[in-house]
Amino acid sequence: MKQFQYSRPATQQAVIDAINKPGAKIIAGGTNLVDLMKRGVTAPDKLIDINHLPLKNIAPVKGGLHIGALALNSVVSENKLVVAQQPLLSMALKAGASPQLRNMATVGGNILQRTRCAYFYDTTMPCNKREPGSGCGAIGGYNRMHAIFGASDKCIAVHPSDMCVALVALDATVIVQSKKGTRRIPFADFHRLPGEHPDLDNNLAAGELILGVEIPDNNFAKNSYYLKIRDRQSYAFALVSVAASLELEGNTIKNARLAMGGVAHKPWRLVEAEKALIGKPVSAETFNIAAQIAIQGAKTYGGNDFKLKLAPATITEALKHASGLV
Amino acid sequence: MKSKNPPEEPAHENNFLESSRRDFLKHSGLLTAIALTPAPLVSAAQKGFDEKIADLYEKVPVSLEVNGVKHQLSIEPRVTLLDLLREQLELTGTKKGCDHGQCGACTVHVDGHRVNSCLTLGVLVSGKKITTIEGLAKGDQLHPMQEAFIKHDGFQCGYCTPGQIMSAVACIREGHANSEHEIREYMSGNICRCGAYPNIVNAIQEVKEGGQPV
Repeated sequence: MKQFQYSRPATQQAVIDAINKPGAKIIAGGTNLVDLMKRGVTAPDKLIDINHLPLKNIAPVKGGLHIGALALNSVVSENKLVVAQQPLLSMALKAGASPQLRNMATVGGNILQRTRCAYFYDTTMPCNKREPGSGCGAIGGYNRMHAIFGASDKCIAVHPSDMCVALVALDATVIVQSKKGTRRIPFADFHRLPGEHPDLDNNLAAGELILGVEIPDNNFAKNSYYLKIRDRQSYAFALVSVAASLELEGNTIKNARLAMGGVAHKPWRLVEAEKALIGKPVSAETFNIAAQIAIQGAKTYGGNDFKLKLAPATITEALKHASGLV
Repeated sequence: MKSKNPPEEPAHENNFLESSRRDFLKHSGLLTAIALTPAPLVSAAQKGFDEKIADLYEKVPVSLEVNGVKHQLSIEPRVTLLDLLREQLELTGTKKGCDHGQCGACTVHVDGHRVNSCLTLGVLVSGKKITTIEGLAKGDQLHPMQEAFIKHDGFQCGYCTPGQIMSAVACIREGHANSEHEIREYMSGNICRCGAYPNIVNAIQEVKEGGQPV
């Protein structure tokens, strides 16, 4: 690992001053960053330790629930408020990584984690995300894990988070602070598609610090499910994952949220499929129709052709669980 | 906060060697840099920039408690907790498997919570209490989980075992050992390439059902 400077600025303001400088990177849990630094994928000149900042709180706010950027994934997943009010988030967090990693990883770090595309990690291979202009090894290469939505001819990597799939489904907001003040970014607009600049994962500006996320109150607690399909039962990244939340009135779907992981450069919200669910009866047929709508426009790359079948099947299954059909 | 651990003794020697090496690298690196650098920068370097470059990478003081023993250390920021334990404190029970957070062999407890020490920078655990596999037994009396692993043959080659045991203890303490399914899920961060999983599950179930404090 390349040498770097380490600093722990005393205050939030001092952190914001420090991260504004080129070559500086924030470290919180370090589960992704330290790995990337060991492999030489990233080599910051300076690490800014923010673990002491008071950003671990999980508390109700007007109209929702606030979760601090430094709250640990394990703590959030078992928090009573989260389990009671936002079980989808708890389920998604528990589906991610391992207990050890969840004890280290923070909410802010989870949002900012990089893709696990093997070509991004292997510094001897081309990767437009790691080294813009070098090409994409995954297109025409090993692309079993890769995107079926929103990819470009520069990059077909996927965002690896489970937590973010739940947060986009729940219409969360990311709160960030910079020298200019705070701003609120709707979760669906936080991450970006690769386009011409796959090196940019998200729309966080230079010098911005994530303070936390806010999840608006909802009526999904009773009928939510996170289903993650992977190559082994646990501790693996998603081939496809589905976050499904329903609000039922008798047997009728009053409101619905659907999002997928493992299929795009960002957590992938399925707005059209949601519309196809609302007002319909809870039934396998309703879910199948929504699942078919969800995969319209999908494009595969050889190794991931199977996702055309796996994705809708996973959506249907997740909806059956969420609605109580199974 | 002076260390009581035996490894403290040769620390002076290590520090001496370490600082000599660093001085050598600093000076030789500077000579190479000067040889390859345009004249204005060379003169800048001669005005003391080399000292600033050296300052950039100074070691960071870290104080931590490992298995009840307090240590005051000075480490490079890039040193992981795993390497700190194995290389500086000579606690080699904690194993380096993948070194990338994928196998769990390096699992230790930080303030009672299990973590992957290979992905934990030493500077991030300053002021914290670390427990490694060496800290579980009380003298010659093995920890119940160690006993159970032996009884149930919870290992073959034994390389993943320290991490498995640290994780298993945490699994029970967290309240995630209530069924075989739950144990398997909450032990999924520890890979055993010998495939001793059924016996590991049996060992954990026995300790859990035995009800003794872990």
